[in-house]
Amino acid sequence: MPDLGFEVLFKGKNLLRLLGGLGIALRISLIAVLLSIVLGVAVGILMTWKNPVSRAITRCYLETVRIMPQLVLLFLVYFGTTRGFGWNLSGELSSVIVFTFWGAAEMGDLVRGALISIPAHQYESAAALGLSRMQTYRHIILPQSARRLIPLSINLATRMIKTTSLVLMIGVVEVLKVAQQIIEANRMSSPNAAFGVYLSVFALYFLACRPISLLAGHLEKRWR
Amino acid sequence: MPNEILSISHLTKQYDAQTVLRDISFDVREGEVIVIVGPSGCGKSTLLRCMNALEDIQSGEIRLRGEPVRRDGSNLAEIRQKIGMVFQSYELFPHLNVLDNILLAPLKVQKRPRKEAEAEALRLLSRVGLADKARSFPRQLSGGQKQRVAIVRALIMHPEVLLFDEVTAALDPEMVREVLDVLLELADQGKTMLIVTHEMQFARAVADKVIFLEDGVIKETGTPAQFFDAPKTERAKEFLRTFSFERKRTNNIAI
Repeated sequence: MPDLGFEVLFKGKNLLRLLGGLGIALRISLIAVLLSIVLGVAVGILMTWKNPVSRAITRCYLETVRIMPQLVLLFLVYFGTTRGFGWNLSGELSSVIVFTFWGAAEMGDLVRGALISIPAHQYESAAALGLSRMQTYRHIILPQSARRLIPLSINLATRMIKTTSLVLMIGVVEVLKVAQQIIEANRMSSPNAAFGVYLSVFALYFLACRPISLLAGHLEKRWR
Repeated sequence: MPNEILSISHLTKQYDAQTVLRDISFDVREGEVIVIVGPSGCGKSTLLRCMNALEDIQSGEIRLRGEPVRRDGSNLAEIRQKIGMVFQSYELFPHLNVLDNILLAPLKVQKRPRKEAEAEALRLLSRVGLADKARSFPRQLSGGQKQRVAIVRALIMHPEVLLFDEVTAALDPEMVREVLDVLLELADQGKTMLIVTHEMQFARAVADKVIFLEDGVIKETGTPAQFFDAPKTERAKEFLRTFSFERKRTNNIAI
């Protein structure tokens, strides 16, 4: 068996440092996901409005986010605003801003899809029973939308977690950056550490995302 | 003389420039079963939907026990509790089980105690032969079963009038019967009903009065015997002929 460099993980506090890096990645994505859900519901409702102005704005927003690579957005917010406006945003804050900007747009599109997929007849039969508009949303429309939404938004959340690996490019020391540092520091003693350490990073991402996607699958089956 | 529950006077309904209902007037008396028939697109369903203001009207008035259905919607919630409606495609709420579908409006709109409402729901369910389906979800039921649940959902509100909008049109033929039997039973109990249907045999059996609607106008009104056996207008005769089949053989193939 070739030396894959796993022993590096057990030197000093390397494993703890790696887990700490994962913690930062998860913290960025958790905050961004929560903000994206709140803002995404608002964006999604705006998208269903007939008003041409709100439609045009949300359309432009969604297209911008879809076309622009996340890395460019990160550079724009982290380096661009410093040069342009003299803001001194931390790497982590910039990451949260970019991920929320991205997540709210995609979440908004999911909310829009869920809302318009509820047939008009559901509103009518609720109205015919004497339910008010608020009661109709609360008891009929939102529960049905949420059922369609939860599997899709969990999928979005795992994509956001994975994409946090980009934030090392603006100097945030998350799990992948920690991995690079560990490999660098042990280049002499364990020249093969790259394989073992990166494989561990892979396993950590897997451990973080797998339960979430299992949950999505479970919910999808239960609420079919 | 039974009193009027619902009175419709000079109702006119337009979609943009098109007039779908023109100067419709008639009364519905307590315990009366009125069947509305007519070719598709004549405005029968729209007429029913105007009664509980699912459609707005351009002129005329609808009164429920003398109280006008206000155009600004200020008394809609009360009016709609007194006018029950059953739709062609059932429109159960797919995320709620049968019992919760039935209980939603009594609990949330009428604020009745759960225990009492639930007991009535179960009683009504067993009357339509679905006592064992209370915990099932709509997707687990057949079309005919769903429609019977929808009827119970309307009945539990104790409406003064029930509107049935082509309630068997989406059903397979063998399920039509089970739903129509429920309607016949309700008629026997003296419920006031307005029924839009294409089932002429059933219309004849259940109706106290038949209204024939064409191009948004009431062309003929009469008892079932008058309308089905001796229609007065040419259009009604023509319409009724579409339900009977004749074959004129031109070739004589010996069998």
